[in-house]
Amino acid sequence: MPSLSKSNVPQFSVDVYQNEFLPEGGREVNAIVTVTATGGGTSGGRPLPGGGATAGVVVMVDCSGSMEYPPTKMRNAREATAVAIDTLRDGVSFAVVAGTHVAREVYPGGGRMAVADAATRAQAKQALRKLTGGGGTAIGTWLRLAEQLLSSADVSIRHGILLTDGRNEHEKPEDLRAALDLCAGRFTCDARGVGTDWEVKELTGIASALLGSADIVADPAGLAEDFRSMMENAMGKEVADVALRLWSPQGAETVFVKQVAPTVEDLTARRTEVGPLTGDYPTGSWGDESRDYHVCVRVRPAALRQEMLAARVSLVLPQPDGTVQVLGQGLVRAVWTDDMAASTRISPQVAHYTGQAELAQVIQQGLEARKAGDLDSATAKLGRAVQLASASGNEDTAKLLAKVVDVVDAASGTVRLKSKVTDTDERTLETRSTKTVRVKK
Amino acid sequence: MPPLPESAQSAPPQAAPAAAPTQARTADPATGTAARPAAAEAGAAGAEGATGAAGAAGGRLTACPGCGEPHDPEDRFCGACGTDLAAPPPAAPPPPAPAQPAPGPVAPAPAEAADPADTGSFHLAPPRPGGDETLPLGFSARLSDPGEGEEGADDRAGEAGGSEEAESQTAELRGGRGQVCVACGLGGVDADGYCEHCGHAQPRQRDHQEKELEGVAAVSDRGLRHHRNEDAFALAAASLPDGSAAVAAVVCDGVSTAHRPDDASAAAAAAGSESLLAALEGGAAADEAMRGALMAAFEAVTALAEEARPRTAVPRHNAPACTYVSAVATGPVFTVGWIGDSRAYWVPDDRALPAARLTEDDSWAARMVAAGLMAEAEAYADERAHAITGWLGADAVEVDPHVAAFQPDGPGVIVVCTDGLWNYAESPAEMAEAVPADARTRPLAAARALLGVALDGGGHDNVTVAVLPFPATVARAGTTPA
Repeated sequence: MPSLSKSNVPQFSVDVYQNEFLPEGGREVNAIVTVTATGGGTSGGRPLPGGGATAGVVVMVDCSGSMEYPPTKMRNAREATAVAIDTLRDGVSFAVVAGTHVAREVYPGGGRMAVADAATRAQAKQALRKLTGGGGTAIGTWLRLAEQLLSSADVSIRHGILLTDGRNEHEKPEDLRAALDLCAGRFTCDARGVGTDWEVKELTGIASALLGSADIVADPAGLAEDFRSMMENAMGKEVADVALRLWSPQGAETVFVKQVAPTVEDLTARRTEVGPLTGDYPTGSWGDESRDYHVCVRVRPAALRQEMLAARVSLVLPQPDGTVQVLGQGLVRAVWTDDMAASTRISPQVAHYTGQAELAQVIQQGLEARKAGDLDSATAKLGRAVQLASASGNEDTAKLLAKVVDVVDAASGTVRLKSKVTDTDERTLETRSTKTVRVKK
Repeated sequence: MPPLPESAQSAPPQAAPAAAPTQARTADPATGTAARPAAAEAGAAGAEGATGAAGAAGGRLTACPGCGEPHDPEDRFCGACGTDLAAPPPAAPPPPAPAQPAPGPVAPAPAEAADPADTGSFHLAPPRPGGDETLPLGFSARLSDPGEGEEGADDRAGEAGGSEEAESQTAELRGGRGQVCVACGLGGVDADGYCEHCGHAQPRQRDHQEKELEGVAAVSDRGLRHHRNEDAFALAAASLPDGSAAVAAVVCDGVSTAHRPDDASAAAAAAGSESLLAALEGGAAADEAMRGALMAAFEAVTALAEEARPRTAVPRHNAPACTYVSAVATGPVFTVGWIGDSRAYWVPDDRALPAARLTEDDSWAARMVAAGLMAEAEAYADERAHAITGWLGADAVEVDPHVAAFQPDGPGVIVVCTDGLWNYAESPAEMAEAVPADARTRPLAAARALLGVALDGGGHDNVTVAVLPFPATVARAGTTPA
């Protein structure tokens, strides 16, 4: 075990849930890997004297013209940003960016970040009053400015909070894509949509790329509370740039690596090779929290009663000298057996998260079919979603589904599409479709 | 889990049915529930004293064989001179080939062994090289005379220090460095025992183990379904103060739903046999020594839970746990002690006489039947049948060791086993059928034959079986089975 005492890095524990038994010739090994970080944040939220994680946060507020319709939207955004600033703990670097078709520094300005204390917080809130709506929306420019600001400050945890109310209309999708590619791995970012004019896929795409959360703020009045909790969450992070490292044996192929709790996030395509048998997947920053990953690898089958290490999953933290610190690891095994009872059993955790991933998928497919006017397909998909949500105890998602469909029988997935669905309900369901629940103990 | 029955102490009489050819010489009434803590203390104290005197008991050294520096059982290297303490005792001959027949013919007749005048000390079958990497298993021996004990320890230390060559060879065999995968021949082997290239698990020490001391033998196997062996056993022999011999076998089955079950069983077997021997040598009555051994094993398993705690931030709800069954032959009687669902059977040489099961399971089904709530067939058909109601572990509700003594009419063998075996030969009659006719003279061959029965039956669980001939067949010094 590496020494963890010299930094404020939380302790990581890794638990693996799987059915390791494969039938003769079986190749596919599935496992749920639960990673729990504890013991960080021991300073009780106060800055550590000399050492520990230092954080920088940039708040990006949409100031496009549409934010003034209705005017409460802009006012709520200002208030929410003020609450977020109040939540900043002393010593954290921060900046506020006003986003339109260009990005503009609102506070402190001059291409740098302010260090939070009573005076800078008051100055920042003063500066917020100048925020008014007017102009277009080019989110890529906001992210690029946030990246510049964050990299100018000497901080280890870099986070952004992005608020928008409209589509990214004033730059090409490629521009946003390029900005996300630039920013990925440089900072993490939570994205929030207010109102009903923003594009769900755009917002979830930003959050996915930057390993943050995406959500809808249907009622602008709820914005302040949401900003406060996002900021608190950011303040709770103790270690950044943690990667999930996957080793699998010669001849094995990685089918997928997904985060499955608290939300579904497919990481498969985001692998960085670090060796012939090893690859890293980004997981962003960690505070005191627990996440689940679903790992699926296909190995070369071995003889009956042979055992193989199908994957070694570790959490690693890159060090300045180029090496990595291993924070925790778990083993995914494969054992070939002719006992049918053993090999056909499915791990409850694997089954549960396979269902949760399907739930997210059928919701998205169902809503797409509904928009496209394919009502039969929409009914079937959303019916399946109701069934899955009910069976797995995902009550939040079940409630959201019930606003889009009339549930006749949840167990069989029999539903009728509602004829009138508010834009907000549909949008909320789509944005939150990836939220999962954990296995009931 | 339901609490342990208050009446469990009286289980031994039930365990030996009236039909059995043995007379249940139940434990001394004085050592009832109230006296148990005292017995445990006596056992522990005895173990300590004896350990200090002997300095060495099988693989579990408490002093460095190189320089004599004392150390903890958990230490892997000597703090003073750096000697690898996990290495097996040196000067061990090559491992006996599995096909090698047991030295049955060499074993003296029981009457000879029972001769108290000459049984001052005895030699033991040598341990196999490549000692266990986690906890010592299956071997424990003691010299009779406390005075001789120290001398023996010195001898041992001298031997260890002198045979550096043997040690380095062993280190190579154990593959601390430069070990290459047995499957692909290309990759190195990681700390978890897997190939770094092809991922294949490397053979483990505990997958299959055999041990034979004079007068007792045991075999433990992973079975065909489980990925590792969570059973453990220990064989032990001692001389009683009156010069007669005591031979014991301990078998433990790790509770697989618990954390570190393999360590639990190994710790319990080692601690139990050690305590048992120490108490017997100290002159304790067999039943008292047995009870003390069970408590010592319990403490050893409980200690595992404590040592695991500070390392993991999240508290483990399933503390390491295991079952325990042990038999010790002392003179004209033998004593059985157990907790959990591992069993002991009596199989007489004269197969005309009925065999008997000597233990009563601490299991759901057994309790249902005992309480008269269900018929035996119905209870054992229930899916809860094998849920155990008694075990050794930090989370045990109450540890209530069952101890019973028996005085058979004639010679025979005591089969001490985990459920990996008795699932395939449950009734005493079935067990007797499975035990070879020459089991008493060739205990290792008999243990292997019983393992074969379990594997042929499906090998669904780890299988561990010890065969203890009765009366104890122990030769005296000089007639060593090489």
